[in-house]
Amino acid sequence: MASDSIAMNPTDVSAKSITEKLHEWVVTVDHKRLGVMYILYALVFLVIAGTEAMIIRIQLMRPHNDFVSPQVFNRMFTMHGTTMIFFVVMPVLFGFANYLVPLMIGARDMAFPRLNAFSFWLMAFGGILLYFSFIGGNGLYGAGNAPDVGWWAYAPLTAKAFSPGHSSDFWTLALLVSGFGSVGTAINIIATIISMRCPGMTLSRMPLFAWLNLVMAGMVFLVIGPLTAAQLMLCVDRYLGGHFFDTQAGGSAVLWMHFFWIFGHPEVYVLVIPAFAFLSEIIPVFSRKPIFGYPVMVGATVCIGFVSMSVWAHHMFTIGMNSYANSFFAITSMVVGVPTGIKIFNWLGTMWGGRISFNTPMLFCIGFLFQFLIAGLTGIMLAVAPFNWQLSGSYFVVAHFHYVIVGGIMHALFGAFYYWYPKITGRMFNETLGKLHFWLFLIGFHLCFDLMHIPGLLGMPRRIYTYEPGRGWETLNLLVTIGAFVQGIAVLVFVANLIISYFKGAKAGNDPWDAWTLEWSVGSPPPEYNFASIPTVASRRPLWDLKHPEDPDSRYE
Amino acid sequence: MSAITNPLSETSAAWKLPYRGKVGMACLIFAESAIFTIFVVAYLFYIGKSLSGPSPKEVLTVPVFITICLLSSSITIHLAVRALRNAKTRLFGIWWFLTLALGTIFLAGTGREWHKLIYQDGLTISTNLFGTTYYSLVGLHASHVTVGLIIIAIVMAFTSLGRVTPKYSERLEVFSLYWHFVDVVWVVVFTVVYVVGR
Repeated sequence: MASDSIAMNPTDVSAKSITEKLHEWVVTVDHKRLGVMYILYALVFLVIAGTEAMIIRIQLMRPHNDFVSPQVFNRMFTMHGTTMIFFVVMPVLFGFANYLVPLMIGARDMAFPRLNAFSFWLMAFGGILLYFSFIGGNGLYGAGNAPDVGWWAYAPLTAKAFSPGHSSDFWTLALLVSGFGSVGTAINIIATIISMRCPGMTLSRMPLFAWLNLVMAGMVFLVIGPLTAAQLMLCVDRYLGGHFFDTQAGGSAVLWMHFFWIFGHPEVYVLVIPAFAFLSEIIPVFSRKPIFGYPVMVGATVCIGFVSMSVWAHHMFTIGMNSYANSFFAITSMVVGVPTGIKIFNWLGTMWGGRISFNTPMLFCIGFLFQFLIAGLTGIMLAVAPFNWQLSGSYFVVAHFHYVIVGGIMHALFGAFYYWYPKITGRMFNETLGKLHFWLFLIGFHLCFDLMHIPGLLGMPRRIYTYEPGRGWETLNLLVTIGAFVQGIAVLVFVANLIISYFKGAKAGNDPWDAWTLEWSVGSPPPEYNFASIPTVASRRPLWDLKHPEDPDSRYE
Repeated sequence: MSAITNPLSETSAAWKLPYRGKVGMACLIFAESAIFTIFVVAYLFYIGKSLSGPSPKEVLTVPVFITICLLSSSITIHLAVRALRNAKTRLFGIWWFLTLALGTIFLAGTGREWHKLIYQDGLTISTNLFGTTYYSLVGLHASHVTVGLIIIAIVMAFTSLGRVTPKYSERLEVFSLYWHFVDVVWVVVFTVVYVVGR
């Protein structure tokens, strides 16, 4: 179909030196290259933040361990959390959105290509700034000092008196800078989807991937705005002697909590909605059925977007709000489970009666369905305020949100990696290694995070440096650590698969999955201009119409 | 490739989507609103919670004149863009210059107010909670005015060189949205700081 567009792409790789190629990548404004850079950048930070997780787990492997010092331990969990949220999951999701949204809606690039490049470099700079703190952040002992205030950075830990030197400033500035980048990318995603769709691509025909990223980008404004404002206030406090969060001058530490969680909770949905987007593309293709309940999926997503804005204080039940506030936030937190449940049923409805093929992308999606359901159920448990009073700040909470992020978002991401790998690189990945990755990761995941709930129920607080023997936590913690390492090995298999298949994989062709969205109509990898002529679509599955002219979808719309 | 140009659809003739500049600016305004909202909430939350003086009642005077100037600049920028759209470049220059002047008066007025507060009343950002929230909120707004004025000044420079032609009217209209937003924010800040907070 698009072989001519590949042929039109001159074989320009022949005689370029490495510096020339590097220069091309650095100055690029092409949404596909920026998307790939986002993804690679996130993978680098995934390895870094994963290593930090391993250090945490080795330290907690047995009681009275002293693998690292308490100070280093604090830095490790702070940097692990901050990095994973802001410099792994956010960029990788933006990377996929960048790469795929224009291709799916039949556009040649994002609406503002230069803003796009600017946003990427801001985010990249933010990550470097955060990690520069290890060598440049003058800390308490005059040595290099990374942020160690936890990823919420609750006041007054961030006050000058308790966080001398510049480690907290590196944290603040890194998040501020990458936040500007996120807003830039979100603006771009929305403007692209609203203004750059190809003829016939009405909102009701848009792939769900584009729809869900539209909602995600809209949420980014409401999420990053409060974070940016709170970071600016913290800067005022630390540099100009302000009193926003200074309780000795009448300021309020609780205000920081509110501002942080107004960002922090909807942020979870900013991360998970693109994961939903991956599922909504992958499950139909591997079930050989169109998505079940398209309008309901869109409605449920928008609904999640709205409701998730009013749930933040369920992170704060233990600070002592009045019973009206507790009830309100408990109820809204449970309500958000309803549209999420609708989505799960829609994916199951898509699979129901389909001819399911269990390729690696699909396996990860099925893993997501099970694990995200359990994560949602423990979420509802934690939304019950009295239950939360018992377990807030325990390993039960840690297990819960890792279930969401690793069991849910990471699984969907791995699925997306395998699904679009042939499109991005032009090569098929190794299916055996992919399945090995899946099963290793699944076993490691359940060993690690299923068992992690139990020390939490037994009273193990999160963020503790070490613990006494004889509380029934030792075996569980050892198994959790083993599970973490199994996952680490699985990720290495994944990275190896990416690298080996890039050189040795079979040629993928335009459309290896017999899929239906527009990105599969162009070459793999797509030419720089994406579409030689801008396509026109007449239904939600333009490639189905093309492959089955005798029975096109457009007949039923 | 051409095969994807599907013969099934004839919708392409009337296919018109919103201008991306306007969509982008609307998004930026939305994001900025979220930032300002948090600062406004902090201001409202801390009204009357300062442990020491000076209090807003003692030191703040309602800045009527500069408020009128800033709000009028919304009208002049609108008239400027309209003049440019109708290819009246000279008229555009006059209205645009007026916008620049009014905005500058506003900023200078804020500067004078701060000067008085700092040197006569001894109120700085670290004096008390009122100082912290006041300078942050008004300062955040003033920084947005400053950014706007820099852009207006650049366009003014190009106008005096005769480079601004009607084909740029759409872009300047997008910028005027930003300027209107800055004005609307001032209405909120004014209400919160000088009416509610005093």
